[in-house]
Amino acid sequence: MYRYDEFDHGFVTARVAEFRDQVERRLAGEITEDQFKPLRLMNGVYLQLHAYMLRIAVPYGTLNSRQMRMLAHIARTYDKGYGHFTTRQNIQFNWPALADIPAILNDLASVEMHAIQTSGNCIRNVTADHFAGAAADEVADPRPYAEILRQWSSVHPEFSYLPRKFKIAVTGAERDRAAIQVHDIGLHLKRNEAGELGFAVWVGGGQGRTPMIAKKIRDFLPERDLLSYVTAIMRVYNLHGRRDNKYKARIKILVHETGAEEFARQVEAEWEALRDSELKLPDADIRAIETYFAPPPLTARPEGDETVKLARLDSRSFGAWLERNVVSHRHPDYAAVTISLKGIGEAPGDATDVQMDAVADLAERYGFDEIRVSHEQNLILPHVARADLKIVHERLVEIGLATANAGLVTDIIACPGLDYCALANARSIPVAQDISRRFASAERQREVGELKLKISGCINACGHHHVGHIGILGVEKKGAELYQITLGGSADENTSIGEIVGRGFGPDEITDAIETLIDTYLGLRASREENFLQAYRRVGAQPFKDALYGQEAKAA
Amino acid sequence: MKVLTANRLIDGEAVWLAADHSWSETIAAAEVARDDASREKLERAGKAALLKNEVVDVNLIDVAMEDGEIVPLRLRERIRAAGPTTHPQFGKQARPRIAQAA
Ligand code: SF4
Repeated sequence: MYRYDEFDHGFVTARVAEFRDQVERRLAGEITEDQFKPLRLMNGVYLQLHAYMLRIAVPYGTLNSRQMRMLAHIARTYDKGYGHFTTRQNIQFNWPALADIPAILNDLASVEMHAIQTSGNCIRNVTADHFAGAAADEVADPRPYAEILRQWSSVHPEFSYLPRKFKIAVTGAERDRAAIQVHDIGLHLKRNEAGELGFAVWVGGGQGRTPMIAKKIRDFLPERDLLSYVTAIMRVYNLHGRRDNKYKARIKILVHETGAEEFARQVEAEWEALRDSELKLPDADIRAIETYFAPPPLTARPEGDETVKLARLDSRSFGAWLERNVVSHRHPDYAAVTISLKGIGEAPGDATDVQMDAVADLAERYGFDEIRVSHEQNLILPHVARADLKIVHERLVEIGLATANAGLVTDIIACPGLDYCALANARSIPVAQDISRRFASAERQREVGELKLKISGCINACGHHHVGHIGILGVEKKGAELYQITLGGSADENTSIGEIVGRGFGPDEITDAIETLIDTYLGLRASREENFLQAYRRVGAQPFKDALYGQEAKAA
Repeated sequence: MKVLTANRLIDGEAVWLAADHSWSETIAAAEVARDDASREKLERAGKAALLKNEVVDVNLIDVAMEDGEIVPLRLRERIRAAGPTTHPQFGKQARPRIAQAA
């Protein structure tokens, strides 16, 4: 993975010292909250309901074991023993004292981490496919480009005060696991007919109040032009994006109002002036960054097939886990493992310090020291020899992280919601926990099959509800929580935005409603192979509406 | 009925203004304003505390008395007063009741 050079070290250390000074001056009363708030936000410090919250960047979701151990240390020393992995592949701590945050940042800097640009109207953490570098289906690892974008965008003076926050995602495979079509910029790394690397460029996707699917404005951008082209997009946005209305300030509104074709024309015009500038990436520079992401030395471990076969015969739970949480690797002797942070009845994305330490140990011992955070709020060991899967599974059982539910109904994405978040209208986590308990039976989950259920506690949509096969949005109505259901959303290469199915449900009704929807699906699917989304796309919303509101609909 | 709430500057802890103008970590000790005059008094105290950099995010919130206890009307404020509903082991709800009454 990427290692800080002297410049990076100097930059992050200086930033910690600067923030330490700002915190000291704030605590001494030398600066007001109005002066301090933008400064703390630039360093990832929010104020929530019970305490401050620190959001730490995990660039493109990649961590090594040292870094994971440091996160465990922070959870233990400065927090309440747990952290929350987010849909931006980051981690949040819910209870740090402001006075401790400079020390936390100092600890983070010692393992090449920081919290810069995890808030504010700047370019946020660049996300990537969590199987990058391991996936059998990718043309190349997208992370070197994510790293190039990270370096270019870090405290970029021109793009530190954008009309609104800005999110970029990169994928290197046709099968989109990075949700690029619901990002401000989505980059799909591919090869052209001549075999050269470049990107399909998508712009103007996003969720929140006005969900929109990105438009492809360029089918192939040579890799050397990455920064000049993205700069051109940012310039058009920075110039024309709306600053008068927060709700219309994202690039998706600009692209929508300008029209994708005209927007693309403006970007191309801007790019003409930039493409041969110093932003053109020298091949040597790209290859130099690439070497940081060189695949680990995956030696042949052909004994894996036999070990896996025996282990399956030996243990049903291993077999179930293998089926759900282990995916093939580009090296036949290896696999990528999803460590589910969605234990039955647990808060999605939460991990304790003990679990973080244990995952770090596993990565070090069996995973070439690599860990990923997925935007689905799970952890990934991207390179595990099939011969070691059994022992990895045993260790995961010991620490309560062996739930075999990746991609199933209990693998729920949920934002922190009203239990923590100051912007929330309703709780998310208890809804996720209740649904998880209702569908606890492994057999039942298997019967239901692949299903993406996503929950947000307000329209900001951090829980990605718009792109859930089933989405749940918490709203506040007459002082009480109410949950709206959307159906048919998806965040892959065939992205769609879910449609609101009808009136909302109270906290005591929502789990029953979800069960009704799932039973309806089971009753109408064409075969076991037709998953919820496919069935919904085939039959439309009506059968689901009838099932949810049948009596009312007739009465009306 | 209203009480004045805020988050303590140094650690973000949710606090409520008590009758002696200290900031209490539990809502039980909050001073309840039942008329305009006492509401204004709370607001003035809040502004002063902001200026002294003791607290941030100062708000007057609606409460009711239930069985002799102060209960905020909004769920958001009830969660602030107790702690995350998903983690009963954390937040004020985890403290011994005796400490709250004190
Ligand atoms: S979706 Fe809303 S409630 Fe959930 S974390 Fe984001 S801002 Fe908070």
